[in-house]
Amino acid sequence: MSIPTTTLLRTSALALVVAAGAFAAACGGDADGDAVASGELSGTVLLDGSSTVFPIAEAMSEEFGIANPQVRVPVGLSGTGGGFKKFCAGETDISNASRPVKDSELETCRANGIEPLEFRIAWDGLTVVKNPANDWATCMTVEELRRIWQPGSTITRWSQVREEWPDEEIVLYGPDTDSGTFDYFTEAINGEGGASRDDYTASADDNVLVVGVAGDAGALGYFGFAYYEENTDRLGDIAIGGGNGCVAPSRETIEDGTYAPLSRPMFIYTKDQALRKPEVAAFIRFWIENSPALVPEVGYVPVADSVYADDLQRLEELTAGGAPAMEDAAVE
Amino acid sequence: MSQTDPDLKRRAGRRVGEGLIAGLLFTCGLVSVLTTIGIVVVLVTESAGFFRQVPLVDFLTGTQWSPLYTDQQFGILPLLNGTLMIAVGAMVLALPIGLTSAIYLSEYASKRVRGIVKPLLEILAGIPTVVYGYFALVFITPVLRAVFPGAGVYNAASGAIVVGIMIIPMVASLSEDALSAVPRSLREAAYGLGATKFEVSTRVAVPAALSGIAASFILAVSRAIGETMAVTLAAGATPRMTLNFLESIQTMTAYIVQVSLGETPHGSLEYKTIFAVGLVLFLITLAMNLLSNRITTRFREAYE
Amino acid sequence: MSLQDERFEPRLARRRRNGKIFQAVCLSSIAFSIAMLIILLFDVAKDGAAWFSFDFITSFPSRIPDRAGVKPAILGSLWVMMLVAAISFPFGVGAAIYLEEYAPKGRVRRLIQTNIANLAGVPSIVYGILGLAIFVRFFGFGRSILAGAATLALLVLPVVIIAAQEAIRAVPSSLREAAYGVGATRWQVVRHHVLPVAMPGILTGMILSLSRAIGETAPVILVGALAFVAFTPTGPMDLFTVLPIQIFNWTARPQAEFHGLAAAGIIVLLIVLLMMNATAILLRNYYQSRRGG
Repeated sequence: MSIPTTTLLRTSALALVVAAGAFAAACGGDADGDAVASGELSGTVLLDGSSTVFPIAEAMSEEFGIANPQVRVPVGLSGTGGGFKKFCAGETDISNASRPVKDSELETCRANGIEPLEFRIAWDGLTVVKNPANDWATCMTVEELRRIWQPGSTITRWSQVREEWPDEEIVLYGPDTDSGTFDYFTEAINGEGGASRDDYTASADDNVLVVGVAGDAGALGYFGFAYYEENTDRLGDIAIGGGNGCVAPSRETIEDGTYAPLSRPMFIYTKDQALRKPEVAAFIRFWIENSPALVPEVGYVPVADSVYADDLQRLEELTAGGAPAMEDAAVE
Repeated sequence: MSQTDPDLKRRAGRRVGEGLIAGLLFTCGLVSVLTTIGIVVVLVTESAGFFRQVPLVDFLTGTQWSPLYTDQQFGILPLLNGTLMIAVGAMVLALPIGLTSAIYLSEYASKRVRGIVKPLLEILAGIPTVVYGYFALVFITPVLRAVFPGAGVYNAASGAIVVGIMIIPMVASLSEDALSAVPRSLREAAYGLGATKFEVSTRVAVPAALSGIAASFILAVSRAIGETMAVTLAAGATPRMTLNFLESIQTMTAYIVQVSLGETPHGSLEYKTIFAVGLVLFLITLAMNLLSNRITTRFREAYE
Repeated sequence: MSLQDERFEPRLARRRRNGKIFQAVCLSSIAFSIAMLIILLFDVAKDGAAWFSFDFITSFPSRIPDRAGVKPAILGSLWVMMLVAAISFPFGVGAAIYLEEYAPKGRVRRLIQTNIANLAGVPSIVYGILGLAIFVRFFGFGRSILAGAATLALLVLPVVIIAAQEAIRAVPSSLREAAYGVGATRWQVVRHHVLPVAMPGILTGMILSLSRAIGETAPVILVGALAFVAFTPTGPMDLFTVLPIQIFNWTARPQAEFHGLAAAGIIVLLIVLLMMNATAILLRNYYQSRRGG
């Protein structure tokens, strides 16, 4: 009675599983077995950290993946601080950072036997953004920004910043506390890293901030230059009246340092243990070599060529020294 | 060897196998119990660590939630506020619409109409929540901002509306089940006395099915409280005490997602906030589900 | 009669009118729900149609919208679904068999039953928290497909159990009694008589719970998601991403092109769901007609 039914069900279930498996195998892997034999790179390079550096990391990961299909380069978005915590716990190979590593983080890393190796990879001009409808705030001083962003600030309207400004409500958007951008901004503007008012929309995802600022007429926010560059049609920028008059962020002002104090270098950090993996070394080499081309494409400013050359040389020394029993002792 | 011996042997052999199988199946049944125990143990032990550093009173009564800042504040009320706003807003939308849909399907609709509408409602229920989040951000929010120019890009109303739409099918189908359980004799008695369909529906059927309907409401609220993706995408990430639906807020569920997207490391106080907030969330939904069960069982008794 | 005239006014016209108004209100509620459904689907189709193509399904995600696709997400979802099925099927059906065929009708059975009903109402994000603590950390699976699948399996387990229970309950007791009557042991009855008849119902429940799992985002975010995954998984311990997460990532970006990509991803997801649900319904109808006829 029901026996043919069960057979029918069993065979169709089996067929489904086999089909799915075949599909997964066919599309899922460019079979990993033979690739290693043919001398191609394979393996995984784990990146995590800054959302500011993320657009560069994403571009590098994508292009490297096209050139080396056997290598996986996933990129996480934990924020500079979060990235370091994972890096020092040994969970990632490379940590993206929009600020230099802190002493406390160095200690934690070293306590776990990890020595962070720093590479400077790009310049960012931390941009203070506003809604395009905001035609009054074209230039602001560091002092005014501090009054808005300092801990315990009670400023809620633009008119409280400068009397002649309209009585619009200020809606604040900014990165969350795991972000290197947060650390850098609070240090540069409020004088102390981590000191900030806390009643703003905080997000590790800069896209959320872009949407927010683009949507509110009285909005004010800050994040990396690349996110502004990518959205100039829906955001406005505010020039900073530092020591050099009102300077707006742009490739030139970031590169020559006149956009102050919000120009900052960006880094990637790796460790000896990771560099022993050929795919990690190859990836970092790829990153440094392709920075002059890809970094501007993404919206940031490359560092000087000499810096890249130094980075590359350091990388070669480290990998030569670290490779087990292959080459002679390190070049110095 | 007599005829019975091999039989007995076989049956004895089977009995051992039987015992083994029964044991295996019992273990399967235990998995669900283990899951509940697991949830409780995980939430409670990690939260215990949290509450050793943050006083429970501060947690339950504080009006500021800023665990990730230098001035750490751990008052959960803003998150609760956000969650409740979404839940209440969703229910304001879903209750009347769900209930009247259920009444229509149960009392008025022809078989053909039911055959079309019920599957459509099931489709509405089956759409993944991330799609509703997309819908909220891309359709509801712009419409809302056209009607209310003061509304923020991220606002509570958008989240509440979309969660409401999401739970309409739940209210409708559970209420309809409750209404169908009302014996026809009740309705026919009312018709016999000259009542109109409207009166039979609202004054006989609904009151008779009231506990089932109430249970469905409570389950729907519980679902709205537990909703995550739509509010994460549309309602915002600002924990605050407000009643203004046009502002951005943050729900308990959205906070948990926010912390894990930028995954804070094992053991830190910020990491433990996931468990403390999760515990509150779990307790609230558990209480509501138990309440709803209670009401349903009472309903069953009243009928016999 | 005069008493009736004084106290009892039929007011039929007004009552009928109220009835008509009420009917209109109810009908408009239904119309509202259906309208929302149509608007949602139409919106998604409109935004996503331009981006939906064969290339979209076979490409990796990219920072350049024209190049971006959902291949890793689809494969990740497939992997996760297969594992979820593999995990939840034996445990779910086993538990259902235990509850229906083996468990003595008493406290234990009622306790497990209530427990399952409560678990069905726990928010999915709490399952994510559980998965993070137990599968990712405690068991050390890391942020792998296995951890994600195990978490989702726990999530859908109550649904599988309840559906399987109903299917088993629907098997006429005459079948069981006949088998017992010729001396079969309990397991023989279950295996050779109850299960085959209940299997279509069980499978339908299985497919429906899988279609719930495939759309779940929150638990997977807690357990696994990385922001940029441009490779396809080759094993259960691999890092991964799933369709809903890819959709979530794209939706959160401000550029309109990514919203179009998100919509295209939603189209893919909805098509998969449609296929799964259609299979379930077809299965159900086929076996209902066979049994009824």
